[in-house]
Amino acid sequence: MYKVRQWSVTHSRKLEALYRNFEPVLIRLHPLFKTLGYGRLEKPVRVAEKAIKGLMFDCRMCGKCALGATGMSCPMNCPKSIRNGPCGGVRLNGHCEVKPDMRCVWVDAWRGSQQMRDSQAIHQVQIPVNNLLRGSSSWLRVVRDDHTARDSETAQ
Amino acid sequence: MKASTDQHPGRPLPPFEGYSSTGRLERVLRSGKFAITAELAPPDSALAEDVYERARLFDGYVDGMNATDGSGAHCHMSSVAMCALLTNVGYSPVLQISCRDKNRIAIQGDVLGAAAMGVSNVLCLSGDGVQVGDHPEAKPVFDLDSMSLLETIRIMRDESRFLSGRPITSPPQMFLGAAENPGAPPTDFRPYRLAKKITAGAQFIQTQYIFDVEQLRLFMAKSRDLGLLEQCFVLAGVGPLASARTALWIRNNVPGIYIPDEIIKRLEGASEPKQEGRKICVELIQQVREIEGVSGVHVMAYRQEEAVGEIIQQSGVLEGRVPWYPGCEIQSSYA
Repeated sequence: MYKVRQWSVTHSRKLEALYRNFEPVLIRLHPLFKTLGYGRLEKPVRVAEKAIKGLMFDCRMCGKCALGATGMSCPMNCPKSIRNGPCGGVRLNGHCEVKPDMRCVWVDAWRGSQQMRDSQAIHQVQIPVNNLLRGSSSWLRVVRDDHTARDSETAQ
Repeated sequence: MKASTDQHPGRPLPPFEGYSSTGRLERVLRSGKFAITAELAPPDSALAEDVYERARLFDGYVDGMNATDGSGAHCHMSSVAMCALLTNVGYSPVLQISCRDKNRIAIQGDVLGAAAMGVSNVLCLSGDGVQVGDHPEAKPVFDLDSMSLLETIRIMRDESRFLSGRPITSPPQMFLGAAENPGAPPTDFRPYRLAKKITAGAQFIQTQYIFDVEQLRLFMAKSRDLGLLEQCFVLAGVGPLASARTALWIRNNVPGIYIPDEIIKRLEGASEPKQEGRKICVELIQQVREIEGVSGVHVMAYRQEEAVGEIIQQSGVLEGRVPWYPGCEIQSSYA
């Protein structure tokens, strides 16, 4: 929802703090997730993630969540799916060239990012979306990736 | 550094240490000369001569010409094909790639093909939305964006591999360009976005039309403070406006182009608006040239291509230099 999406950008710092607390909890749940089976969990977690992030950010389930680097303004709402900053067509009032009624998601992203603790994340170059991950849970991937990284560290 | 004069400027130049391409545009910029590029509008035809006819208008005035890639989301002859025709006779084109119409597989193939045909420069763009074009019902692709496109070609060139990791046996030697619009909101983010583009691989920038010189001055000053001006060449976008009516139409209908009231007033008050528009363009070139870090201009003279030579000549920025063109006698003037 557009209004909720705007609210999320305005409260980017609080949401960032919320996620900073949420992520370690998720990661600690890894043994439970493993026992239940990531494959079996994918669907219910995906449904929950889609419902929550859909409401908060108009999330498109790209599979590689970048909200932390985009001021809590989902870049997949850009009609050109630009994940690396505003295009050159932003109107003087800060609205989108393709959808004149919508504020440019990157004008919002810049605003949101500058309120966040990690205000530098927006300067990182984001790699293109992996279309194989589209529609899958980003939360579960964070947990899995974290443990894969830890496992490989222990192995070394 | 000076290239040996026995080299034919219409062919790939001898490779220089630290240079990315064997093209003339990079040589001119690195030698510190004020570079000129111009936008070459693609024809709506399948006739090669239509391309050459348009290119000839720029003979002796430009160091590179941009073959646009479906600009304004309108269908025209493709940029790759135009570049192939142009390099065939020795011109120095800038291949434009828009992310709107092609996915990463098609784009990487085009880059290899273009490089094989002697194209040395590429401008990486996100592209206009399909909604503004003549096929609004088309499927927008946007698999990459301008930033990841830059990075993709940089990886192909510097790491001799595709995005997938598969090796490339002979990498494309391309001079990498990107666009920037200093006047578009959020303006305080724009210099940082330039930094991001440089990180992704940009070596030269061609800006959107500049009509507000002060805006560009601020952008360049901030970019200088960020240490960006040593890392890339900035070519300011300029172009003649045909009349006050055209200027107003552009201001109201083309997102991203900002025209100050003073310019519109000048055009309104002129007895010959077209001439006045060209005069304004000449003045803009002279003004942007004085800004620290501006290495050249990119002239976009939509439907006034025949005026480009005159505008450049009157601006005096070539300082007697004659950029090489097919049939040109002087061989050493390209660097």
